[in-house]
Amino acid sequence: MNIKSGIELLSYCEEKKVPIYHAAIDYEKQNSGMSEKEILDKMMISWNVMKVSIAKGLDKKQNIKGKMIGGEAKKLKEYYDSHVSVCGLTMSKAISYALSVIEVNASMGRIVACPTAGSSGVLPAVLLSTKETFNLLDKDIIHGLLTSSMVGIIIGKNASLSGAQGGCQAEVGSASAMAAAAVVEMLGGSCEQALHAASMCLKNIMGLVCDPVAGLVEVPCAKRNTIGTANAMISAEMALAGIVSIIPFDEVVYAMDRVGRMMPVCLRETAEGGVAATPTGQRLKEEIMPKA
Amino acid sequence: MFREVGVSMEQFGVFDIIGPIMIGPSSSHTAGAVKIGYIAMRIHGKSIKKVQFYLHGSFAKTYVGHGTDRALLSGVMGFLPDDERIKDAYSIGDSIGLEYEFIEADLGEVHPNTVKIQLTSKEGKITEVMGASIGGGKIKILKINDIDVAFDGEYTTLIVKHYDRPGVIAGITAVLAEHTINIAFMKLFRQAKGEFARLIVEMDDSITRQVLKEIKAVKYIKEVAYIEKMAL
Repeated sequence: MNIKSGIELLSYCEEKKVPIYHAAIDYEKQNSGMSEKEILDKMMISWNVMKVSIAKGLDKKQNIKGKMIGGEAKKLKEYYDSHVSVCGLTMSKAISYALSVIEVNASMGRIVACPTAGSSGVLPAVLLSTKETFNLLDKDIIHGLLTSSMVGIIIGKNASLSGAQGGCQAEVGSASAMAAAAVVEMLGGSCEQALHAASMCLKNIMGLVCDPVAGLVEVPCAKRNTIGTANAMISAEMALAGIVSIIPFDEVVYAMDRVGRMMPVCLRETAEGGVAATPTGQRLKEEIMPKA
Repeated sequence: MFREVGVSMEQFGVFDIIGPIMIGPSSSHTAGAVKIGYIAMRIHGKSIKKVQFYLHGSFAKTYVGHGTDRALLSGVMGFLPDDERIKDAYSIGDSIGLEYEFIEADLGEVHPNTVKIQLTSKEGKITEVMGASIGGGKIKILKINDIDVAFDGEYTTLIVKHYDRPGVIAGITAVLAEHTINIAFMKLFRQAKGEFARLIVEMDDSITRQVLKEIKAVKYIKEVAYIEKMAL
């Protein structure tokens, strides 16, 4: 079994009458030789690391390498705990979770790359907030993580998951597509709906460049993870309501790949374009890495 | 469909997408660097008194910002990429009396994220390992001392230094076969005929101390390093 596209995933799920996470288990059994229990146990370890990384930054400002970011997660939590939230509590909490994970990552703390370290805030944030809102079990989240991995695998095979190759759309875009599909399936949506949600995510931030100031995963990465989080939740909601992506998933992935290839090198993680090239971005780089 | 799907044909597993579990901030500049340091330490195989890191390209320019220095040092001290002690590598290194130095260097036509690590033991044994962090936490070991090699640490790996004589490899594979250990990949590298050679054996299974002992007893073998697959 080798699922290479959304179409193949859909037909596999329809034929076997199984959800995406089940296809992911079948895929990984064959890929790695692990048993279903080993796969689920290993995913539980990742989920635990994710939960810890969320709790850490919310609790306390982390000591960050470049010192450009730090304390934002806690600030946001204090705000929504004492004010009526602009985006609603579910969303506001979710984005504080994403900020927390990125803060932990930037402070040399432990995270799960999903798919990358730079986009590691999106999936934990979306999954934990969904778990809290719907009183889901850890078991459901493990399934969600498997669902998301299948979407990530297909994007990786047909486009890219790296900012250096495809820009931020390939990192945060893919992370949000993965998270959105997971939410749809965890809340009872079909495989087709999950892929509609993933398509919407990729379309919503198609073309997003990777322009890290001083080359560090801090600015604008922390906030890019919040838009990825919101993007996933918005898209999942639409797909669950029965709204469809007019452009099918595989074609959207192909388009994203094309856009990534057209992107100039200065906008692909080289820290030479976008906000990295602004006067402030350049000054920060000088201060943090005088040699670079 | 308007083109063949899956063209990159890159094989991803579920845990390549959800994972690795790692210390931030960067999979290539932090997690990959820990791995290279760790493998160098295992190849050296002796307690380390002094270590020098020759940093090339992007590693040289950005190592402070990405914590590549602490990551490399951590690996050499035996930490894995998910170890929370990585950020305290300097103070831990100091507390155990490890001498370390980071040197910017031009290592030639190599990947931008390349490092050459020179390890010196108390007895004066020197090992040089060169490796590159090629993205997503994946690495390639390129050189051990003066011999070009190529392996990535994704499998449980045996690195055997032996005299270039007939029958050495047969001796090693016989031991593995006897213990029903399946070889995934095997590569032999040598400098010149009749001198030292390095055999890299990547296996599907881990091996016991007994097996290792039997391999070490094979004639003409000088050194054996054993690196367990990193469970990331």
